[in-house]
Amino acid sequence: MSGHSHWPEWIYIGVVVALLVWVGAEAWNLERLVEHVPEDAKVIKVTGQQWFWTFEHEDGTKEVGELHVKKGVPYKFEVTSTDVIHSFNIHDYVVLMDAVPGRINIVWFVPFDEGEFPIQCREYCGLIHYNMRGTLYVEDDA
Amino acid sequence: MVLELQKPRPIWYIMFSTHHTDIGLLYMILSLSALFMGGALALAIRLELFFPGAQIIADSMTFNRMFTVHGTTLIFLFILPFASGIGNYLVPIMIRYKDMAYPKLNAIAFWMIPPAFALVWLGFADFTWNAYAPYSVISAPGPAADMWIFGLKILGVSSILGAINFVVTILKCKHPDLPLSKAPLLAWSFLTSSLIILVAMPTFAAALLMLLTDRLGVSRFFDPAVGGDPIAYQHLFWFTFHPEVYVLVIPAIGFLYEIIPRFSRKPIFSHSSGVFAFVLLAIVSFASWAHHMYATGMSFTEKTVFMIGTLAAVPASAMHVFNFLATMWGGRIKFATPMMWAIGGIALFFSAGAGGVVNSAMPLDFISHDSYWVVGHFHLFVMGTIAFGSFGFLYYIFPYITGRMYSEKWGIAHFVLSFVGAVMVFFTQHVLGLYGMPRRVFDYPPIPEWIAMNQFITIGAMLLGIGAAIFLVNIIYSSAKGKPANMDDPWGLGGKYYYPYEAKNPHHSH
Ligand code: HEM
Ligand SMILES: [Cu+2]
Ligand SMILES: [Cu+2]
Repeated sequence: MSGHSHWPEWIYIGVVVALLVWVGAEAWNLERLVEHVPEDAKVIKVTGQQWFWTFEHEDGTKEVGELHVKKGVPYKFEVTSTDVIHSFNIHDYVVLMDAVPGRINIVWFVPFDEGEFPIQCREYCGLIHYNMRGTLYVEDDA
Repeated sequence: MVLELQKPRPIWYIMFSTHHTDIGLLYMILSLSALFMGGALALAIRLELFFPGAQIIADSMTFNRMFTVHGTTLIFLFILPFASGIGNYLVPIMIRYKDMAYPKLNAIAFWMIPPAFALVWLGFADFTWNAYAPYSVISAPGPAADMWIFGLKILGVSSILGAINFVVTILKCKHPDLPLSKAPLLAWSFLTSSLIILVAMPTFAAALLMLLTDRLGVSRFFDPAVGGDPIAYQHLFWFTFHPEVYVLVIPAIGFLYEIIPRFSRKPIFSHSSGVFAFVLLAIVSFASWAHHMYATGMSFTEKTVFMIGTLAAVPASAMHVFNFLATMWGGRIKFATPMMWAIGGIALFFSAGAGGVVNSAMPLDFISHDSYWVVGHFHLFVMGTIAFGSFGFLYYIFPYITGRMYSEKWGIAHFVLSFVGAVMVFFTQHVLGLYGMPRRVFDYPPIPEWIAMNQFITIGAMLLGIGAAIFLVNIIYSSAKGKPANMDDPWGLGGKYYYPYEAKNPHHSH
């Protein structure tokens, strides 16, 4: 290397690496917690197909395009598809999981606010991808 | 031919030539045509999204075809050929050889591109530039999809041939007096990006064949009903295309390594750290491909491995940024057009990298994935860094190619409009993604924040469009009527211009 001093570069690289290690460690820890599905979570089977969502509750009742859940109850989604890849997304609850034919992917959440929240598809799936929408209704049982 | 002030020649002399500067010129002309065609699609997409509901585009299928061809065109027909153009022009000169190692192969690699261009545009496929299975197998309409597959196949072969040529030229044909370690960083950027192509490209080539045979019904690679796996396609795709994003960006970094020391009137802060960072990037670029697939249902361990692999690539990019800033530090900087683009490009490169770190952090990617955030993220790279570096370099090399000067005033106007436009468009797209808007949608629900942000983005895109129009007029007018350039020192920086322009047009001596 040329004659000038290189310590500023080393300090800078050190700071960058430290930041990256911090981001990585935090992300690792958070993801570990987020992926831990509670034992008592109720199962909802989610099926994507061109271009709508079907939901099947534990008691066998089915809903299309609408999903009714109870506030404060943990739910475990088993997500799959019957045709192409879709992505099941409730953005307000950071629920995002690809619906892949031949696979069952798991994602879970606890709704903590009453109200209506949009459900949408986040993976391109053709003609009506833009309108592959639904609504989540969170109701209070008490 | 207006493009050459010194010794004009008819255009077919250039078209049938195998000389590296002529092929370089052809690459540049083709890539700029692609830039304007793909850019026009982008403006149409933005106008469509100005309001919710259908605006100027008749139906969603047309819209889907437009963003597919937009992405394909700008990545494969603008960015890559533009870099090849500059590489052809300058790499042999920089390593002091009379031409590329294989001139005929060079011409063949170039002439494979126009037919591929035609296949992509005449087909107008709809399955996005990723062509994910099984949509691309069972749902995407032919013959558009098949034409895209053939087009990309041809482009892949062309890119491999070009890469072989660069590697052999640099390693085998360089002047014996020039040690490899002392070769200019622009030459190093072509060496490393070509090596990445050679390792990365074959898996996508395989994936394309598998798509084709699956579409023909003679195989079922991606069909889960018979034991195939659609996710396998994504691994094959991203094993090529995550490294490929570094193939796109490394030459642009090489451009900045030419411009910045020149206009700072100082040598590069550290040549060896630049070489080291290029080589490091080329290696670690292979450790992160599945960060595009966190949401496909990967296990916690897999996600962790690819997150670490992705973060590991950041220090190398950060070293380049340091090298740029340390070179400018204390220099007598001349803020001419090429330097303005370089500085703007560094600023956007830095922001883009910061957003990339957010995507790599697993839990955060479940917020950003396949939303407008990702669109903003990679456009800060492809437009903000790579296209900015390319524009800067085009202005830089313009006097060398044409013997004339471009208009400085309009060059700066192009830059200012583009910088403001890029910030308006791509930063806002990040925020729009946080608000949950998915990418690749023809229409969206009338949520007030979404409408406001979409309109702001479209206005920014119009600024980029106006800038591009100014650029087009400037280069066409200036190459015909611009002031003759002082070929030894076009910007009055003191010292000699790097490149011996006499190396061009060897045929004229006889
Ligand atoms: C060097 C230039 C870069 C380019 C040209 C680039 C380009 C891209 C492109 C085109 C995509 C979207 C692909 C698609 O789905 O269509 C993307 C996504 C992504 N990029 Fe980059 N990128 C670059 C650097 C980085 C860096 C430095 C990081 C991390 C530190 C990064 C992390 C990511 C991640 C994690 C995604 C996936 C986001 C998602 O889909 O959820 N990228 N990038
Ligand atoms: Cu979809
Ligand atoms: Cu990537």
